Amino acid sequence: MTAMIDVADAQKTFTMHLQGGIELPVVSGVTFHVNPGECVVLSGPSGAGKSSILKMIFGNYRCDSGRIGIRHRGAVVDLAAAEPRQVLNIRRATIGYVSQFLRAVPRVATIDVVAEPLIVNGMSRTDAQARAGELLHRLNIPERLWQLPPATFSGGEQQRVNIARGFISDLPILLLDEPTASLDAANRAVVVELVAEKKRQGVAMVAIVHDDEIRHLIADRIVDVTSFAAAA
Amino acid sequence: MADQNLVENDEPLLVAKSLSKSFGRIKACRDVSFSLYPGEVLAIVGESGSGKSTLLQMLSGQLAPSGGHVSYRMRDGVTRDLTTLGEAERRFLFRTDWGFVHQDPAQGLRMAVSAGANVGERLMAVGWNHYGRIRETASDWLTRVEIDIARIDDAPRTYSGGMRQRLQIARNLVTEPRLVFMDEPTGGLDVSVQARLLDLVRSLVAELHLAVIIVTHDLAVARLLSHRVMVMKGGRVIETGLTDQVLDDPREPYTQLLVSSILPP
Repeated sequence: MTAMIDVADAQKTFTMHLQGGIELPVVSGVTFHVNPGECVVLSGPSGAGKSSILKMIFGNYRCDSGRIGIRHRGAVVDLAAAEPRQVLNIRRATIGYVSQFLRAVPRVATIDVVAEPLIVNGMSRTDAQARAGELLHRLNIPERLWQLPPATFSGGEQQRVNIARGFISDLPILLLDEPTASLDAANRAVVVELVAEKKRQGVAMVAIVHDDEIRHLIADRIVDVTSFAAAA
Repeated sequence: MADQNLVENDEPLLVAKSLSKSFGRIKACRDVSFSLYPGEVLAIVGESGSGKSTLLQMLSGQLAPSGGHVSYRMRDGVTRDLTTLGEAERRFLFRTDWGFVHQDPAQGLRMAVSAGANVGERLMAVGWNHYGRIRETASDWLTRVEIDIARIDDAPRTYSGGMRQRLQIARNLVTEPRLVFMDEPTGGLDVSVQARLLDLVRSLVAELHLAVIIVTHDLAVARLLSHRVMVMKGGRVIETGLTDQVLDDPREPYTQLLVSSILPP
């Protein structure tokens, strides 16, 4: 089987120029792969570099060295060396990212925030909104809120909008950064279901989950990030 | 940022090669090179005096470079060096395929003529002559930029700052340009007015598949609108990359300073 994500010897250090040039090693020697239909959970204590690894796979953080192999439209692309335009294309067609917080654009209605990834990939607004509505229903966002911008919603509601937006598209790779952090039991169960559906569709996922029960329910494999601790 | 604009494997729309500009002994801009693709939004950030406005002037053919050149792929598919364009050709490009949104709307609008005429003028410049159609298209554009049609016959000097800026945008976009230059388009506006304008620009850029080169000192504007940023300091490009990469993982000391100077929302 060909891996969807193949990270090899990736390294990241922050140099803090404003603090006298201190070097903050984040991770080094990061090596693991993710197959289609598999959910790999990154484990390790806070500060071990889990989110940084997720951001490196998304191309949000640059790697100092190593390789982030991504299967994009049938070919393997090294995201760590890709041009900005290529990274954007990979994000549009291949990698989705569900962050902990919704970065909402002011004035855009919730239903459109959720539907946008489908519209971007060419679906009609009506169809995209119908799919967005289904997901918002499943995640218990009441219909009376759909036309409002999510900026004024509670933390949990915003996170559910964010999850709906992340899960709506049919991208072959999904990165999940604590998708259940501020959710109640019922909504956590919905997320577990959504992850299971994505697996059945062959989506490769990398997740960070602090809740042991959820981790147990979604993880096919656990990668311990402490083994990538950068030598300080 | 909506990135449906970006298509793989296409040709650049505008290419800058080793652009430099000196004013006497002052080097305002040194050795700037990049390519801009159709539908791509590039933000040029940096503080006052970093050379970003000089660069924008050269890119838009308003200032002759001391060194290097800018080439542009015209609507007929032929790539031309801007310095070889005649004055008439350059003006035509400016009226049709390009837009330029100034920080001060008074520079981009005719303040004493009606809003409708401000928009219609661009159409007449490209040969439209049917009054009814011009007015219809102008009202259409006023609606798109959220200006009440009842104000179509009023001159922009009776408009608020935010309305003037939206009118300037309508005037620029009515000829369906492929490339729009923007110089601090939200610079003089209140924060609430800024948010509305940015949201409007963001959706128009996506809908019309516009390429944009936007100069701003406001990193939040760059984050919301652009795919890519170039950070300038002392006339040089010191860091460039995908917008979220540069803003979330800045490498250069100056970029780190800029990013760390943003007040938390």
